[in-house]
Amino acid sequence: MKKLWQHWPRVLTLAVLGMMALPFSALAAEPTAKEALFVANNTWMLVATFLVFIMHLGFATLESGLTRSKNTVNILFKNVAIVAIGLLTYAAVGFNLMYPGDGHWIAGKWLGFSGFGISAPDGDAGLIGYADGQYTYWTDFIFQGMFAATAATIVSGAVAERVKLNSFLLFSTVFVGLVYPFVGSWKWGAGWLDDLGFYDFAGSTLVHSVGGWGALAGVIVLGPRIGKYVKGVSNAIPGHSMPLATIGVFLLWLGWFGFNGGSVLSADPGPVSLVFVTTTLAAAAGIIGAMVTSDVIQKKPDLSMVLNGSLAGLVGITAGADTVSVLSSVIIGGIAGVLVVVSVIFIDSKLQLDDPVGALSVHLVCGIWGTLAVGIFSTNPDHTFIRQLIGVIAYGAVCFPAAFAIFSVIKSTMGLRVSEKEEYQGLDIGEHGMEAYAGFQIFTNE
Amino acid sequence: MRLVVAMIQPYKLPDVKKALFDANIHKMTVTNVLGCGQQKGFSETYRGVVHEVNLHKKVRLEIAVNDDFVQPTVDAIVKGAKTGKIGDGKIFVLDLVDCIRIRTGERGHEAIG
Repeated sequence: MKKLWQHWPRVLTLAVLGMMALPFSALAAEPTAKEALFVANNTWMLVATFLVFIMHLGFATLESGLTRSKNTVNILFKNVAIVAIGLLTYAAVGFNLMYPGDGHWIAGKWLGFSGFGISAPDGDAGLIGYADGQYTYWTDFIFQGMFAATAATIVSGAVAERVKLNSFLLFSTVFVGLVYPFVGSWKWGAGWLDDLGFYDFAGSTLVHSVGGWGALAGVIVLGPRIGKYVKGVSNAIPGHSMPLATIGVFLLWLGWFGFNGGSVLSADPGPVSLVFVTTTLAAAAGIIGAMVTSDVIQKKPDLSMVLNGSLAGLVGITAGADTVSVLSSVIIGGIAGVLVVVSVIFIDSKLQLDDPVGALSVHLVCGIWGTLAVGIFSTNPDHTFIRQLIGVIAYGAVCFPAAFAIFSVIKSTMGLRVSEKEEYQGLDIGEHGMEAYAGFQIFTNE
Repeated sequence: MRLVVAMIQPYKLPDVKKALFDANIHKMTVTNVLGCGQQKGFSETYRGVVHEVNLHKKVRLEIAVNDDFVQPTVDAIVKGAKTGKIGDGKIFVLDLVDCIRIRTGERGHEAIG
């Protein structure tokens, strides 16, 4: 017969279980279905947030792989700095510029601002009441903040290997701090384009083409890398690491599950799972489209083109991932894959604009294609080609001149480009005084 | 028979190759080297510590030539590599005792080609 004190394991277990019930006593006696859904929704949105975050690692490795090893520290540095700049400016200014909310519009419904800094509304208004049980105020901020930082980093690849670090950081601060949220308010902030019926599910226009227009302005104002165009002929400047580039693309694809999946703005199983499928199939179709095109044009399939192809498919589907059929997503992705190969060659050799990583082709060209494709393929009859075209033109008409102006001002004041000597020696030594591969001998020879 | 050895700036390699091709010299061996001459070093810093680096990246060409090709080869290399700045590089001309083509076993002037 056990003594009383020998029952201690049972007592301990009961006590622990009893204590676990304590937190739930803070809610209503039983959580309601609405509260439980809120937790599920918000949790998915936070998962999507850090998936978008990992895209920065994707950008960093992709850009490093497609450029020369003597500039790798500089590329990595820019990518790290942009995350910081993007998120901090979004907290200071960007979030409230992009989502002014009713009553805070200043000029028509294309410029609004609801104040500096971020602060959650009190009580339920910042939690379950903030977005109808889909996510909290803080989730909204950090999820959208990750998008802003992504738009900024698109430019860094196109201007790589010859832009001055401080000049680029200054450009990024202004562009992502002010231009991105300003034009973003037109659609996602419930501005005039939203009223017009323009549709951009996850940012083919608002993120990718905005970054693309900035990149285009940068490439034009900056000029090509030394030795890229000699006597009218385009020279190849190969990237130093295809493995890094491939790692980057797969990380970006992984992030896209959050980029598109989170843009459903809830954990609603139907839309989120559909978006996962359309997004992934578009990427796969982009790879095949690029593979075939590259094989036909270049005679041998080019890995860097195929990598760009998957991103092209992803960018292309981003405008309409939740509103096109699965077959349409394959078509959109496949065409994007073809477009990216053709446009890389056209931009590099015909237009003679030096874009080391193909950012213009992936983000600008396919961003525009993805946006217009919504007008062609959407199952929603309110999405028309004309409305999509108006949006594309509106963004181009503001983002490109704005970026061009910022770059030009920087060029004529602090200078935009490194010296010729520094460009030969490598920006790692010139801008940072260190090497990415200390101890290795990786040279640039032809 | 001579062996022409040249150390040049890496970014000048395309120009030097083109000048050599124009002078009808197509056979060469190219390696990456580190070296210093009159060029001063540069500073690198790493986590608060400054260190001097004075071995610069250079490219080394080796070209085996028959005697009458020595001057054209040297001229072509100078034409391609010269910028007028310190660090342009140096050319050494060495005596070559013999040259054998592995595939056919030819020796001497025929092997150099």
